Amino acid sequence: MDTKDKQGFFGNWGGAYIPEVLHQTFLELNAEFIKCKNDPAFWQEYVELMSTYSCRPTPLTHAANLSKHFGGAQIYIKREDLNHTGAHKANNVMGQGLLVKRMGKKRVIAETGAGQHGVATATMAAKFGLECTIYMGEEDVRRQRPNVFWMEKMGAIVIPVTDGSRTLKDAINEAFRDWVTNVDETHYVLGTACGPHPFPEMVAWFQSIIGLEAGEQIMKQHGRMPARIFACVGGGSNAMGIFKRFIPESNVELVGVEAGGHGIETGAHAVRLSGTDGSPGVAQGYKTMFLQDSDGQMKTTHSVAAGLDYVGVSPILSDLWEKGRVRFESATDTEVMAALDLTMKKEGLIPALESSHAFVQAFKEAPQLSPDDAIIINMSGRGDKDIFTIAHAFNDPSWKDFIIKRGLEYSQDK
Amino acid sequence: MQLEQQLRDRLKKKDILLMTHIVLGYPSFDVNREVIRQMVENGVDCIEMQIPFSEPMADGPVIVRANQDAIKNGTRVADCLAFAAEMTASHDIPFLFMTYYNIIFKYGEKPFFEKARECGIKGFIVPDLPPEEGESFLQLAAEYEIAPILIFAPTSTDERMRVLASHGRGFIYCVARRGVTGTKSVIGQDVFDYLQRCREATRMPLAVGFGIQDRDDVSALIGRADMAVIGSQTILLVDENGAGAVGPFIAGLR
Repeated sequence: MDTKDKQGFFGNWGGAYIPEVLHQTFLELNAEFIKCKNDPAFWQEYVELMSTYSCRPTPLTHAANLSKHFGGAQIYIKREDLNHTGAHKANNVMGQGLLVKRMGKKRVIAETGAGQHGVATATMAAKFGLECTIYMGEEDVRRQRPNVFWMEKMGAIVIPVTDGSRTLKDAINEAFRDWVTNVDETHYVLGTACGPHPFPEMVAWFQSIIGLEAGEQIMKQHGRMPARIFACVGGGSNAMGIFKRFIPESNVELVGVEAGGHGIETGAHAVRLSGTDGSPGVAQGYKTMFLQDSDGQMKTTHSVAAGLDYVGVSPILSDLWEKGRVRFESATDTEVMAALDLTMKKEGLIPALESSHAFVQAFKEAPQLSPDDAIIINMSGRGDKDIFTIAHAFNDPSWKDFIIKRGLEYSQDK
Repeated sequence: MQLEQQLRDRLKKKDILLMTHIVLGYPSFDVNREVIRQMVENGVDCIEMQIPFSEPMADGPVIVRANQDAIKNGTRVADCLAFAAEMTASHDIPFLFMTYYNIIFKYGEKPFFEKARECGIKGFIVPDLPPEEGESFLQLAAEYEIAPILIFAPTSTDERMRVLASHGRGFIYCVARRGVTGTKSVIGQDVFDYLQRCREATRMPLAVGFGIQDRDDVSALIGRADMAVIGSQTILLVDENGAGAVGPFIAGLR
């Protein structure tokens, strides 16, 4: 990502395909971002904020039981679940919050899939005294009700999006529509390393704190660089966050894991890079590999994890894929549930459904490596937010019973 | 004949031109055909035909829904091209394509220009392709003599307008307000000031849309712009009263 051909491009990917009404605001955003990037005091302020308001540095946990279970590499887990609001999303949001303060805007908007980015943005808006509107696909509102509850409690307005597939991409379109209408006072806190330049670079920059910490921690705990690093890839912000520091380390293999959904062959998945269904396209303001038909219409994606259920992928990752620096794999919904189950039983950790995709691939590869090797899994978020989805997927009888009883209670109240 | 000249010839006989918009395949090509016939018979000067896209980021709810329904009904890009060829052969006014860049990118820029010229299309409006990302697009537009119609926004500085004008051909599409398509805005002094800035930045004709609904809206633009754009209004009209309502509506605008 250091060889930039044209402004905002990473190899063949990226750019800023934006409506004219946003041109001026992007000029200002770019200028402010460049100022921040070149100001060491800004990064220091960011790290200070994250260590007092969130839980940075997040630990790197040696998963001794899982390592022993697979009998191969030592498995280390980067604990982004321990951030405030339970996921890596907080890193990007607080960083952009500092930027918003500098730009003097009074209102923030955001899209959200799983709801983690929405909750993180609502938190930031509450802390910094900003108005906040969150766009969330109607389908995701249904899947992630607890997050909607928290966003509203923190003072955000949550608007369910009923266009298109009613998921993340549609929430992004709607957030852009709000932005072109209210551009003067509003900043759009894009949640992942996608969208028009400078968002991919900016989000990856804020998230790079993950890899910077993990690099120091693995040297301290393991004595040398890891053999492989695994991260799930929806838009790609947690993956870019942990990968960025290690890109120059040619002996560290970087592995991105996409949502295989019901299986690549079924068409119900979100596999843009590791299969053959993705193709180059331009949408939502940037050029990348999209899941689209031969006319260029975007397809419907599927994943048990709302945060991975997206048609595009970070242009920086498309570039690293094309250059062969990052290998891409996929994990199916079924494999994800099994890996999650094993991780809970062996380590007492509850990875988010999104993060569990990275665990699947790491578990497949750990036995091939020697006990002297280390691998790192980026646990991008915690799974207790997914309790309704996870309990449903496990078909848990006592949970179902509880919901039925609580439902009855509420309906009697009415 | 090139688009700008065609519009200038029409401006000799009228003090303001009308451009209308349709979404191809919504609700069907048959209805499109009838709506276009009524538009042309009632004096419309130019028609933008939107090739539907699944992610119409710059459009408002009415046109978004029309895009989605058109795709759901099975509208393909090839159908839109064939329909365009039929329209340009049947009616003696300039037809434009409006679409998002991915439709052109996926088809292949060069093949798309080739095909559009074959279909008799005079210009393209692509709201998500700023000139910075459209180098090869602009080059092909010149080569194939299809006008790349660029957009001014109220947020564009004078300097930015001059840059855009240097790349645009045919006319300039002036977005009258911040926001997506189809929202009614009050036309007042700020819009007139903005149009004055647009006028100073280019000698090309100026087209303006702001949710125009009646004769008063259109006449307010006389002397300040060259072409009034009717967007979502005719879609709503067809939804509510059928294609037959379009003719009288257009006839009542001037």
